[in-house]
Amino acid sequence: MAECIIELRNVSKDYDGTEALRDINLKIYRNEFVTLLGPSGCGKTTTLRIIGGFEQPTTGEVIFNNTNINHLPPYKRRVNTVFQRYALFPHMNVYENIAFGLRIKKLDEEVIEQKVKNMLKMVNLEGYEERKVDSLSGGQQQRVAIARALVNEPDVLLLDEPLGALDLKLRQDMQLELKHMQQSLGITFVYVTHDQEEALTMSDTIVVMREGRIQQIGTPIDIYNEPKNAFVADFIGESNIVDGIMVRDYLVEFANHRFECVDAGFGENEPVDVVIRPEDIKLVPESEGMLRGEVRSVVFKGVHYEMMVENGEYVWIVHDTLMQPVGSKVGMVITPQDIHIMRKEDQG
Amino acid sequence: MSYKWAASPYLVWMVIFIVVPIILVCYYSLTVRTDAGFRFSTDNFRRFFEPIYLKVLYRSIELAFVATVVCFILGYPLAYILARSDFKHTNVLIMLLVVPMWMNFLLRTYAWMTILEQNGVLNIVLSWLRLPTISILYTEAAVILGMVYNFLPFMVLPIYSVLSKIDPSVVEAAEDLGANGIIVFRKVIFPLSLPGVISGITMVFMPAVTTFVISRLLGGGQFTLIGNLIEQQFLYVSDWGFGSAISLAMMVLILLSMAVMSKFAGEDRGLGLW
Repeated sequence: MAECIIELRNVSKDYDGTEALRDINLKIYRNEFVTLLGPSGCGKTTTLRIIGGFEQPTTGEVIFNNTNINHLPPYKRRVNTVFQRYALFPHMNVYENIAFGLRIKKLDEEVIEQKVKNMLKMVNLEGYEERKVDSLSGGQQQRVAIARALVNEPDVLLLDEPLGALDLKLRQDMQLELKHMQQSLGITFVYVTHDQEEALTMSDTIVVMREGRIQQIGTPIDIYNEPKNAFVADFIGESNIVDGIMVRDYLVEFANHRFECVDAGFGENEPVDVVIRPEDIKLVPESEGMLRGEVRSVVFKGVHYEMMVENGEYVWIVHDTLMQPVGSKVGMVITPQDIHIMRKEDQG
Repeated sequence: MSYKWAASPYLVWMVIFIVVPIILVCYYSLTVRTDAGFRFSTDNFRRFFEPIYLKVLYRSIELAFVATVVCFILGYPLAYILARSDFKHTNVLIMLLVVPMWMNFLLRTYAWMTILEQNGVLNIVLSWLRLPTISILYTEAAVILGMVYNFLPFMVLPIYSVLSKIDPSVVEAAEDLGANGIIVFRKVIFPLSLPGVISGITMVFMPAVTTFVISRLLGGGQFTLIGNLIEQQFLYVSDWGFGSAISLAMMVLILLSMAVMSKFAGEDRGLGLW
């Protein structure tokens, strides 16, 4: 097992009595790309700020290289942050921004110059040394912010929705660049985002959070294919989530039909959530379908069509490369391994 | 659609109350009255460079400078505390700072006379505490005190407004990059607050250097400042020419110092309030 660099043990955080984080347990390993993923207000940024030292946990421990750093101020932590709005120093040019951390360490001017030059080369901003930061575009400011943090060679780089303000194309380019930097530098990245696609693209490990709690920790493939509960399934990609009843092992009933499935270990007749990905529903002629329905709407999404198929009380989202016209009657087929069964979430 | 005509009342106002008076001041300063009427002359300006008047100028600048420095030393930490406090009623504190300014300037200055005089409030309290009494009324110290008291808000407010606009994440970024509190202040907060400092200094120094009420009341007329000199020329000596010349010289001095200041603050930042 790789070496654990940061560990959060039973970390909780209250703001004036409102609970922001509850009982977070998380291990981050060296050279890992970890993404904290969740909707706004789920506590992902608070978790990042606790690791950075900008917030103190109300209870629990923050462990860094086997040492408790709860009370270590940010400037003593071997961790650097790329802030959401970049937070570049407006009174300094690009060079001075990047050199800031090195100057505090009182390195020789020659060493500083060498390191800043290398960084500028890495983020493709050679020749921008003398530019004022407010004359740069969003993407360039972002690169300066990344260079300013990475030049200090931190053990861990924290990134708080760093690509949030960029347009789609630039964001996708930067995702790949960031992933490449992380791999070539061998630095641990802790990345906060609400964009599930971003998380799936870049991460080694995804931590899905909701209302201050961790819902699931796993690789992108695990999280996508084996979501632990309906929330994770819904948040990671689009899903059809319906109520079902586990009749017995390997047999589930939903939408007034019994389906074979691959899950077992539930109680007999236990109510469950059934999750089916839109791309896992195959449309067939009406007579051959397990379920029958009528196409209510069709939206072209580029690679596929997104169709809403109404069947009794449910409207199913179906992704298919072949379009079925609105109003046509279709049958739907779902294979056993595409049916994901989840225990109903405990309330409260 | 252009609404440029809407600015015309302002234009008329400017001409009547700014352009015309300045022309008049220039006219008076460059003429002397003789039996034959007004005659062009630079005598008024030459007279201003006589040692006795230069001494007045020097004293004015000196006192205003000391007052500005004291205002800065008191005002910056105050503005800093106000800007960074989590106190929910910061507005109340700022009100308390501003409220004295709503009272008449003369009244406030007279109040200091009753506080500082020989049997004034200050000495009553001191003797009640069995401490030696002090008599600073009609000294330079009293004049500086009056200036500081009257002009302190003009130092605090611009600095406060600049400090409170500094993005907290910039401060966090500096801490994140290894800067402790002192370095954060020295390398980030103070440089970013410079525009406020510059306008604070300007707004304290300019009225302080030209004041005549404070020096008359709290200085007891022993400290003739440039403002007193101008006042005397117009009201008592009726030498409008010389008074105008001093006024113009002061104006040039202030414009020059403002130009230097704005250079110092960096070209594109300008002077927060000017």
